[in-house]
Amino acid sequence: MKVALFVPCIVQDFHPQVAEATAMVLARAGMDVSYPKGQTCCGQLQYKSGNWKSARKVARHFIEVFQDSEAVVAPSGSCVSMVRKYYPELFRDKAHWRDRAQELGKRVFELTEFLVQVAQVEDLGAKWEAKAVYHDSCQVYRALGIHKEPRVLLSRVRGLELVEMDQADVCCGFGGSFSLQFPAVSEAMVAEKVSHILATGAELLVSAEISCLMNIGGYLRKQGHRVEALHIAELLARGGE
Amino acid sequence: MLVRSLEFKQRAQEALQDERLQRNLERIGVRFKLGRDLAFAALEDPEGLRNLGRAIKERSLANLPLLLETLEARVKEAGGVVHWARNAKEACTIVCDLARERGVRTVVKGKSMVTEEIALNQALQAQGVEVWETDLGEFIIQLAGEPPSHIIGPAVHKSKDQIAELFAEKLGVERVEAPEELTRIAREKLREKFLGADMGITGANAAVAETGSIVLLENEGNIRLSVTLPRIHVALVGIEKVIPTLDDLAVILALLPRSATGQKLSSYTSIITGPRRPGELDGPEEFHLILLDNGRSRILADPDRRQSLFCLRCGSCLNVCPVYRKVGGHSYGWVYSGPIGAVLTPQLVPPRLARDLPFASTLCGACAEVCPVKIELPKLLLTMRQRLTEDPNFDGGIPLMMRLAARAHGWLLTRPALYRLAMDGARLASRFLARDGRWSWLPPPVSRWASKRQVPSLARPFSRVWPSVQRKLMQGGDGS
Repeated sequence: MKVALFVPCIVQDFHPQVAEATAMVLARAGMDVSYPKGQTCCGQLQYKSGNWKSARKVARHFIEVFQDSEAVVAPSGSCVSMVRKYYPELFRDKAHWRDRAQELGKRVFELTEFLVQVAQVEDLGAKWEAKAVYHDSCQVYRALGIHKEPRVLLSRVRGLELVEMDQADVCCGFGGSFSLQFPAVSEAMVAEKVSHILATGAELLVSAEISCLMNIGGYLRKQGHRVEALHIAELLARGGE
Repeated sequence: MLVRSLEFKQRAQEALQDERLQRNLERIGVRFKLGRDLAFAALEDPEGLRNLGRAIKERSLANLPLLLETLEARVKEAGGVVHWARNAKEACTIVCDLARERGVRTVVKGKSMVTEEIALNQALQAQGVEVWETDLGEFIIQLAGEPPSHIIGPAVHKSKDQIAELFAEKLGVERVEAPEELTRIAREKLREKFLGADMGITGANAAVAETGSIVLLENEGNIRLSVTLPRIHVALVGIEKVIPTLDDLAVILALLPRSATGQKLSSYTSIITGPRRPGELDGPEEFHLILLDNGRSRILADPDRRQSLFCLRCGSCLNVCPVYRKVGGHSYGWVYSGPIGAVLTPQLVPPRLARDLPFASTLCGACAEVCPVKIELPKLLLTMRQRLTEDPNFDGGIPLMMRLAARAHGWLLTRPALYRLAMDGARLASRFLARDGRWSWLPPPVSRWASKRQVPSLARPFSRVWPSVQRKLMQGGDGS
């Protein structure tokens, strides 16, 4: 199966290793991976900040870049939910684009849901000796209903001990521009999240959402905690034969 | 009530530094959220019930004019009087006139958010009427001179030692901390007020069109006293509260207490139809129903915002909201707080006075997950953000920097080559500014973000790494 990689803007310029790991994992699942040129971003910043006119332009660009792809996979739940759930909303009054958005939305997948539900691969042969805790990002868990898939994949990683944290499904406080507009509230939220992570004694914090990782991981590093924040793709790509 | 929603940021910051408030807010999760989850888990088909609740509200609002007319006719048949109030001022005038014409000196009140919305207490007090809140939580905040901080637990932000202090100071009683003792003090104080009051004022959790009844849920019995002891009962009800039948009420009664407090049924459920009838032993001589619009018909007319009116005022969206649980209800600066407050406030007050509220959410969606009538709160928050940003009628005044940044970013995103150039420029700059992940300078507001979190430095973009990744993939190995 041909899979087009969608690399979210944060991954593209700040965490390119996550995109590389995603490509590796998909290849290992037997996919023929491509990277369509001209892709930029899904436009959720524009959409969520109320600039729908601008978001529509970005959405049209996205649809045109990916319209011929058999399947599109992204290492981020929020970008996928943007395309799948919110593009049709954005083009509600524009039938042509709405139809195109809906049609494309069916072919856009978050990495873990693609692996487990579409490719039907659970064991990627990965190996990582560590104690890990998984964070249920709001845009992965609540928006897309992806809860079991990452845990299934992680349970097959050799040497990995997966533990659960208290209040795993409570938001980490990022919320995109929210964290810039209301920094004090956002900091209090991420501090609480980190206290739950630390309480598990895990060495790895794993998530399928790059934005949460930037927030929680950035906080962990700044505060000098030893917990490493990793995208699930990075973990799944490691040590496989 | 004075709108202080523009102070959200500042008040949130104060709330975060208030250690006692933070401890009090932590209890909400245990007291309300857990109870709600257990109550719904015990249901055979919780989703089905919620769908039914939503369908009832959808249907009721679609037929609102007809339902309101039916309600009016039935209330009149039962001997009640119906008043229509277009806004807060008209509603207050109706109540104040009634009080004046009938020589009312003392009013006892049941807990009602809608009377907070129209600032009724202040209006009555201004003409010399003594007003007593009789719900324990409302009584506490009335003594403290504060607005409610939660839709169903108005004094949830206070701990029992704070209440003990307050009672000792305001009521001149000895300082006691046991909740039973505090309740006894309030009860004694209020009992004399109940007996002396000329008018009882309540809201309503629902109004049933087919019978002309209003429905009141409570756990303390104070509302029942407020509607039966005084000679006049005035009920203030938002027009969105009307439902067609008692069968529909059964669904609302199954949803509301479970969502609000985790109870299968509130301790007292009163269905009131008109005043005392000949031969009856208790009840008021007069029953007045005031149907309040105050912006609701404007919301009703907009299909994108209409579901804001489904709200049953259970408060469950507050209990699960990670933002509310950090900043408390007072940060929202008006009557309604939490996710539903962030949605309703800019629709019920001049939007520019509450322009920050729809943005004060991470859109995590926990609220929509518990809403008994499945209001799509994140979608409404997004709609309100769009209105405030792009609709001249809303005059939002979003921070200019944010608006410009989002637009500039959006403009670049449809021009891949230029976007690449801009990001390469940023990367070049970052070489001088960031060493080993430490930035010597960052533009605000990123600098604030960076004070608590490490900001990643710009890496060699994936688009340039891709050819080498592709080679690895073609070789069939991944080099690990």
